[in-house]
Amino acid sequence: MIEALHYGFVQNALIAGILVSLIAGFVGSLVVVNRMVFLAGGIAHSSYGGVGLAIFLGIPIFWGAGVFSVAVALLLAWMTYRKTHLSDTWIGAVWAAGMALGVVLIDRTPGYHGDLMSYLFGSILAVERGDLGYMAALLVAVILLVHLRYRELLAVSYDPEYAELRGIPTRWYYTMLLILAALTVVVAIKVVGLILVIALLSIPTHIARRHSASLYTMMLLSSALALGFTLAGLVLSYRFDLSSGATIVLVSAAGLVLDTLIFKRH
Amino acid sequence: MKAISVHGLRFSYDREPVLHDVDLEVDEHEFVAVIGPNGGGKSTLLRLIMGQLRPDAGEIAIFGAPPRRARDRIGYVPQNTNVNLQFPIRILDVVMMGNPRKHREATRWWERLFSMRYNDVELRCARTTLEKVGLECALDRRIGELSGGQRQRVMIARALCAHPRLLILDEPTSSLDAEGQKQIYSLLRELSRDLTVLVVSHDLSAVTEYADKVVYLNRTAYTHDLRANPIHLHTPEGEHFCEIELMQELAAKTCECEHHRGKGGT
Repeated sequence: MIEALHYGFVQNALIAGILVSLIAGFVGSLVVVNRMVFLAGGIAHSSYGGVGLAIFLGIPIFWGAGVFSVAVALLLAWMTYRKTHLSDTWIGAVWAAGMALGVVLIDRTPGYHGDLMSYLFGSILAVERGDLGYMAALLVAVILLVHLRYRELLAVSYDPEYAELRGIPTRWYYTMLLILAALTVVVAIKVVGLILVIALLSIPTHIARRHSASLYTMMLLSSALALGFTLAGLVLSYRFDLSSGATIVLVSAAGLVLDTLIFKRH
Repeated sequence: MKAISVHGLRFSYDREPVLHDVDLEVDEHEFVAVIGPNGGGKSTLLRLIMGQLRPDAGEIAIFGAPPRRARDRIGYVPQNTNVNLQFPIRILDVVMMGNPRKHREATRWWERLFSMRYNDVELRCARTTLEKVGLECALDRRIGELSGGQRQRVMIARALCAHPRLLILDEPTSSLDAEGQKQIYSLLRELSRDLTVLVVSHDLSAVTEYADKVVYLNRTAYTHDLRANPIHLHTPEGEHFCEIELMQELAAKTCECEHHRGKGGT
């Protein structure tokens, strides 16, 4: 186990796991308390369209998926802001259309495209040094935002109507949260994959919410839990030769079940 | 100067007239209740007074200023406080949402990097307003742990935190039992010694007992001054009184007392 840490790609995998878990804890908390899990799911799945676009154009996956999913986030923000009664239909449509676009674009690209499953379910051992830079930059941006604009984020999440009366630009914050969710999905694609990333955003945060008195504690606890699940999942996947992304998600799910059994009250 | 002064107000949604020639005058330190059927324009009137909507015709002045510029002088308590009960938020954090920006000036720049921390001025403000509503010892409790009546008082404290001169409440007791209703109304009665209170309500027995004036709003407004012409409702202890019965009561008295259409007082 320990000797594996000498390999560069194992080190990268570990650092990526740590960075993405911390990002997921903060962003996931905001996504969960704003009831945007389905929205984030839509963005995550449709980002496969961005993967397809990147392969079709021959540009780096990170940039293709990044630009595409931010565009999807902007589109969904415009379509769903203050329109709760319509939003699930739109999200469902964007969800499926994005994935379909990815499939078609890859069909139209000649040649071998590598293991496409790895974008869906992650391949953490394929993380490169350069990817870590993007992850660290996003983590720093998220932490700065949360610390400098905590009150606005809290007000907008808890009671948007009142926040708006107090002069907080709620629409701007709504859009920004979706963009953050999109960027989180993009950096998490390699770690857990775009299908499983929703588990990383929602499971640790759901457990954390039960045990937190404030949004900030929820964020810190979610990050810690996500980190724990990711590291445990990585160790297990290495030990038993399993897919890392799926193992991380199953460990998280087991944590959720355990927590639910112990604290039945909620 | 009048707290609220509305003249010849007209408003329609998509050419559907909601308010037609509404006149309304509220003096400072008055406790005014707005009643009327659903769809009679009660919430629309509130939104116009708070500057969230603009009138098609007519004038609104809040302490002599247009609504948008009077926002700092208005405290607002929303209708439904039973939403988001799972939200990890303390009473203190909810009250602080009403905290005026000038209190933030007492914070040193390096402390602003942690915007979740409150400075002494802000904490003192929260404590005194929570004292006014009788919840000073619940500072650190989660909002979901409180009863409906306590939660409503937290929302009132949040509105009071900004030191408003006009307090607006939209059906503050719609989800409370008779005892909870009574407590909220006697609290509002007490508060109206220091500020003006405008409350939309269906609780007619409470309205006739506590308010100074009743405004009946159904596209247009009729004001009844309860101080000059008190209405005594004979309701068995703890029972509710239906709106229709008050309407009948008011209609029966129309011949005896003066009902000024629009203009308040007698």
